Amino acid sequence: MNYVGIDIGSTAAKVVVRGDKSIKFVIPTGWSCKMAASSIKDILLKDGVDVLGEDTKTVSTGYGREAVDYAGKTVTEITCHGKGAASIFGGEKAVTVIDVGGQDTKVINLENGIVSDFIMNDKCAAGTGKFIEIMANRLNVELSEMFELAKAGDPVPISSLCTVFAESEVISHIAEGRKREDIAAGIVSSVALKVSSLCSKQRLAEKVVLTGGLSENEYFAKLLSDRLKKHVEISTEGRYAGALGASVIAERL
Amino acid sequence: MQKLPDNFESYDDKRQKGFITMKNLKDKGQRVVGTFCSFVPQEIIYAAGAIPCGLCASSEEPIPDAESVLPANLCPLIKASYGFALTDKCPYFYFSDIIVGETTCDGKKKMFELLNEIKETYVLQLPNSRDYPDALESWRNEIIRFKEKLEDFYKITITEDDIKKAIKMKNRERDILREYLELGKLVPVPISGYEMGTLIDGLSFSFDIDERCETTAKRTAEVRELWEKEFKGKESKRPRIMVTGCPNMGVRDKIIKNLEELGADCVVIDTCNGIRTQLDKVREDTDVYTALAEKYLNVTCSVMSPNKPRFEEMGVLLDEFKVDAVVEIVLQACHTFNIETYNVKRYVTEEKGLPYMSLETDYSQSDKGQITTRLEAFIEMLM
Repeated sequence: MNYVGIDIGSTAAKVVVRGDKSIKFVIPTGWSCKMAASSIKDILLKDGVDVLGEDTKTVSTGYGREAVDYAGKTVTEITCHGKGAASIFGGEKAVTVIDVGGQDTKVINLENGIVSDFIMNDKCAAGTGKFIEIMANRLNVELSEMFELAKAGDPVPISSLCTVFAESEVISHIAEGRKREDIAAGIVSSVALKVSSLCSKQRLAEKVVLTGGLSENEYFAKLLSDRLKKHVEISTEGRYAGALGASVIAERL
Repeated sequence: MQKLPDNFESYDDKRQKGFITMKNLKDKGQRVVGTFCSFVPQEIIYAAGAIPCGLCASSEEPIPDAESVLPANLCPLIKASYGFALTDKCPYFYFSDIIVGETTCDGKKKMFELLNEIKETYVLQLPNSRDYPDALESWRNEIIRFKEKLEDFYKITITEDDIKKAIKMKNRERDILREYLELGKLVPVPISGYEMGTLIDGLSFSFDIDERCETTAKRTAEVRELWEKEFKGKESKRPRIMVTGCPNMGVRDKIIKNLEELGADCVVIDTCNGIRTQLDKVREDTDVYTALAEKYLNVTCSVMSPNKPRFEEMGVLLDEFKVDAVVEIVLQACHTFNIETYNVKRYVTEEKGLPYMSLETDYSQSDKGQITTRLEAFIEMLM
C-alpha cells in the first residue's frame, strides 16, 4: 500500500509517498493547479505509484487541493501542516507551528499533535513568501541569493505593511544607491517582523517550529527567534510538512 | 445541511416581493419610517401609525457609488446603505417618509450627516455607555423627543395608550421570534442557521406584524413536529456553532451557509439580526418611556462601553444552546466589534473553554476561498 500526500501551494507543489515506496519531491505549481496535479500523477506513475490503482490512497491539501481530482479526500493545509509538523518535529504536548507559505502565513497551535487553534494572515501578501519573491525580483536576484546578501547587510528600514508600498520603498532605496545587501536585509527582517506580529496574536507554545518554504533557512529562523524571544526549530523536511500530513491522513482513509 | 422548507424564499426573493407590498401600502397613504438599527424603539414608530422599514443594506452592488463620497476603508454595511440612497436604487429608502438614525458607531454617525442631504434623517442621541448615572434618563428623554419629532412630522398626537398597544404587539412578536430561534436549542438541531437568519432578515420586508407572527409560529410548529419525527433521540456529529459579532446579512451566504455546507450547524446567531434583540421584552408594568429606554439601552452591541452584558448574555446562550465553538464575524473597519474580539476570544476560550475563531470580511466575494479554508480548517479541528 502507498499513502500519497499532495500539497499544492500557490508557488510549489509538494509530494510525499509513504508505504511500500518512499518518495518525496517538489515541482513548481505553475499557472494551473490542474496541470500540476496531472504532472504529479505522471511523475508518480514513472516511479511505480499509480494514484488510480487500488493499492494507493491519496489525500490532497493546499490552495490547489480541489484540483487533484484523483484524491480520495481533501483536507485543509492547516490540519495537514499540523499533522506533518508533529511528525517531523515530534508531537510533544504543545507545539506552535509557523508556516510561511507562498500566499499566506499561518500560526497553528497543536496539542498532542492535534490542531487546537490557528490564525492566518488577512488579505495581504506582506509577511508571506510572495512578498520575498516579489522583492527578490526587484533586486534581480534568486531567493537563495537574497538571503545570502541579507546576512551580510545592515537592514534598511522597510516600514510599510503593504507589499505594493514596500516595493516602492525598495525602489527608492535602490534609487538612493543603498547597498543591495542592506536592502535585502531590510526585506527579510520586515518579513520576520510581520510574521512575528501575527504570532503575537497567538499564545505560543514552548516549542516553536517553522514549516513551509523558509523552513530550511537558518538565517530567517534566527531573525524570527530573536523577535519572538523563543528558539525556532527548523528542518530540511519542513517544506514537506503539508504533504507529509496529508500522507499521514491518507493512511486512515 | 438541514433541509430548507419547500416554500423557502431567499432573502432576495423576499426583498423583491416586499417592493410591491410597500408600493401598495404607500398608495393607500401608509406612513413609513426608515431605520438602520436595533437601538431605535420601533414601538414609537408603530404608535405613530407608521411602519418601520429596515434599511441596512447587504449588497455589494452600490458600494462603488458610495465610495465616490465615503472612504473605501469603511464598513460595507454603511457604504452599501448610503450607496443605495445615493443612487436611488433602494425602493425602501425611496418610500420612507423620514429616516431615523442613531449615534451608534462613528461611521454611521458621520454617514447620517450626508444622508440627511438626500432625505431628512433624524438622529437619536444614544448614550455610549449604560453605566453612567444619567444614561437611562437621558435615553428616556431622547425617546420622548423622538415621539415628539414624529408627532410634529406627521402632525399627529401619539398617546401613551398608542405606545402601550405597540409595546404589547412587539412583545408578542418577540415571544414568537424567540420561540422560533430557540429551535436551535434542539439536539440534534432540525433547522439550519441559514434558514433562521434568512427568515429574521426577511421580516424587514414584510410589513404586517400579525402576518409575520403567524408565518413564524407556523414554521416553529412545523420544525418541532419534524424534530419529534425525524431527529429526536438521534446522534449528530456536526459541531454546534454560535455565530456572533456584526450584523451578518451581507455575508450570510459566504459564512453561515458555507459553514453549514462544510459540516457544522449554526445553532444560535448572537447578533442584532439574530437572537440578541429578541431576548429582552419591554416591561408592561411601568411608565412606557422608562420601559422602552431600559429595553433599548440594553442592546448588547459593541458600541457600548464597557459592554459587560454582551458577555453575560453570551454565556447563557452558549450553555443553553449547547454550543461547541464560536465563530465571530467582523465587518471590515468595524472598530468596536474588531477590538472587542480580543475580549470575546478570551471569554470564550478561557472562561467557557471553547474554540473560537474570528473572521474579518466585507460584502465582496474576493475572499471566499480564504474564508472557506479557515472555516474548513476550523471544522476539521472540531471533529
